[in-house]
Amino acid sequence: MEEAARRVISVIVINEASVLSRITDLFSGRGYNITSLTVAPIPESRYSRLTIVTSGSVRVMEQITKQLHKLIPVLKVIEHADLVEKEMALVKFPITETLSEISALCSAYNGSIVNVSEELIIAMVADEPKRVDYFLAAAKRFHPREIVRSGAVALER
Amino acid sequence: MQISGAQMVIEALIAENVDTIFGYPGGAIMNVYDEIYKQNSFKHILARHEQAAVHAAEGYAKASGRVGVAMITSGPGFTNAVTGLADAYMDSIPLVVISGQVPMSLIGTDAFQEIDAVGISRSCTKHNYLVTDAADLPRILKEAFYIARTGRPGPVHVDIPKDVTAQIATFDYSKPVEIETYKPTVNGNIRQIKKAVEAIRDAKRPLFYLGGGVIHADAADEIRELVKLTGIPAVETLMARGTLGFENPLLISMLGMHGSYAANMAMSETDLVIGLGARFDDRVTGKLSEFAKNAKVIHVDIDPASISKLVTADFPIVGDLKNVAISMLEISKEIVDKERYTPWLDTIANFNKLHPLSYKEDTPELKPQWVIQRVGELLGDRANVTTDVGQHQMWTAQFYPFSRPRQWITSGGLGTMGFGFPAAMGVKVADPERVSINFTGDGSILMNVQELMTTVEYKLPVINIILNNNYLGMVRQWQTLFYNKRHSSTDLSVQPDFVKLAEAFGGIGYRVTTKEEFDAALKDAVEKNVVAFIDVKVHRLENVMPMVPAGGSLFNMMLEYKEK
Repeated sequence: MEEAARRVISVIVINEASVLSRITDLFSGRGYNITSLTVAPIPESRYSRLTIVTSGSVRVMEQITKQLHKLIPVLKVIEHADLVEKEMALVKFPITETLSEISALCSAYNGSIVNVSEELIIAMVADEPKRVDYFLAAAKRFHPREIVRSGAVALER
Repeated sequence: MQISGAQMVIEALIAENVDTIFGYPGGAIMNVYDEIYKQNSFKHILARHEQAAVHAAEGYAKASGRVGVAMITSGPGFTNAVTGLADAYMDSIPLVVISGQVPMSLIGTDAFQEIDAVGISRSCTKHNYLVTDAADLPRILKEAFYIARTGRPGPVHVDIPKDVTAQIATFDYSKPVEIETYKPTVNGNIRQIKKAVEAIRDAKRPLFYLGGGVIHADAADEIRELVKLTGIPAVETLMARGTLGFENPLLISMLGMHGSYAANMAMSETDLVIGLGARFDDRVTGKLSEFAKNAKVIHVDIDPASISKLVTADFPIVGDLKNVAISMLEISKEIVDKERYTPWLDTIANFNKLHPLSYKEDTPELKPQWVIQRVGELLGDRANVTTDVGQHQMWTAQFYPFSRPRQWITSGGLGTMGFGFPAAMGVKVADPERVSINFTGDGSILMNVQELMTTVEYKLPVINIILNNNYLGMVRQWQTLFYNKRHSSTDLSVQPDFVKLAEAFGGIGYRVTTKEEFDAALKDAVEKNVVAFIDVKVHRLENVMPMVPAGGSLFNMMLEYKEK
């Protein structure tokens, strides 16, 4: 068996009812993985763009691409080779942690503190998914209360 | 033209030249049925179960090459139809299935007879629509027919809420279909075709592997010519039976789990598979790693996703098979020398001699294979043949002398018991001049037996030949072979009186135990031209042979099984 590698694909679809279910049904129905999925309308068009992070062998990826193409509302499937990829994460910390240390950590990962309330600090970073992993590992010592990741978005270079 | 959504459905069906639809009314679709009542342009056949309505539309579509249409109501009407949709999806049958839905205002409230129909049909249709505005109906219906019949054909489901069928809007059906995200490739890449034909020229043991796509593409004439011109032998899948015709000297037989010894051996020894409209199904290939192990593969298909899905193609060609076959013919004329393959043909002739498809008449009871061969002798080309699913289906595929495409209609991909009778009814509508035969089993026939009523009412004289072994025979065969004869829930010793059953609906029934009785019954049923059950008592423990056990290699066939 060929190794299942991480892959990023973008799918351009007509922005209409149930189009997202068509995509996710295809993945679940055929037993493909979804690691993350983001979707939003493309400005000034009738299309939406999805970024799907998945994993599979070359053969599985070829099938995923072809099966996506088969869906009627799918305009384009881009299998990324040379890409710029970013993901965002929001993290809540208790206010008892040192603000300046958290701030310094965030700025190393292209982020900042975005909200401070009586009890909580919310920090944001936007970076490559792998680097978001590093950030979250480093942030552990500040006792994060809640973490949300956006899933990756990508553009071909 | 300002008309209601319901009227639009009628107008669209007329514009699509639909002559017959199959359906079953109910609450949510009543507005449309009211318009059906008022029109005379097409015929509505009231099936007695929604599943049967869809199978009938499938039979109609396969026999005629046109889009089949079924109409059903919401909730249980729709869920009953799902098996038909899935069947059509697996076998690429062009259908438009229109269902009623609860009014828009009630969607999502768990209303009476509400179910998320498009949510359910998404995974078993080529495409589906929930219509939310009558103004969209003309476009959606036109797209539905277009999508169903173009590219790789398939079922399209259109779900219409009741209030949308009452809504008034503009009907304009003249706009051509324009779906920028859907443009099937129909012309094969000519350079790739040339390379493929060069590979054919250079091969020593090439083999045509013909699939159901040949029938869908109406390419049988071109393929027959190509086979004749190149002198290359061919195997057919279950779905391709009838493509070359049983008298064609280059046709080996069906391949696969119950394919002939020669067909499976040819596939195992070929050095070039020429796959045309076939999808390398697991029932065909057996163990994938051993399938055509030493061969290069040419794969022509309209569906790019079918190519290199299971077996990597060395020469992938996406396109309409008819177009590709015409190109292949032209190039082959110049470069292929048919003499080259003579030794290969001798090898295959030897395979055939060694283990031809056969059966032994060594029991007092009739052998099911004899019955099928006999119908072939008596009716041959005069009959269209459907089947249900199981042993009888495999025996029919093996032993009926099919002579033309669209003569043979069976549920291949999904393997739907209960398919045969309603499908035969649809076939009879599409091709009324021919005798419509359904080979079935004592298990399968009961799965849509209510269609006795429909066929009697509409005078659609389907002749059902029940190969009655008092078993769910195929499962019983597997239990005998692989489960140490533990016949779990497959003994059908308790069964209805099939003669009385047919008579109760106004059909005619025959009980047959001898060859003479069978001949007389079939002759009588054909002459009387009525709906018939011929209940043929056959040997109970007959097995379908040869057999490639599931997951086994094609060349490891079980050729016979001796009762111990």
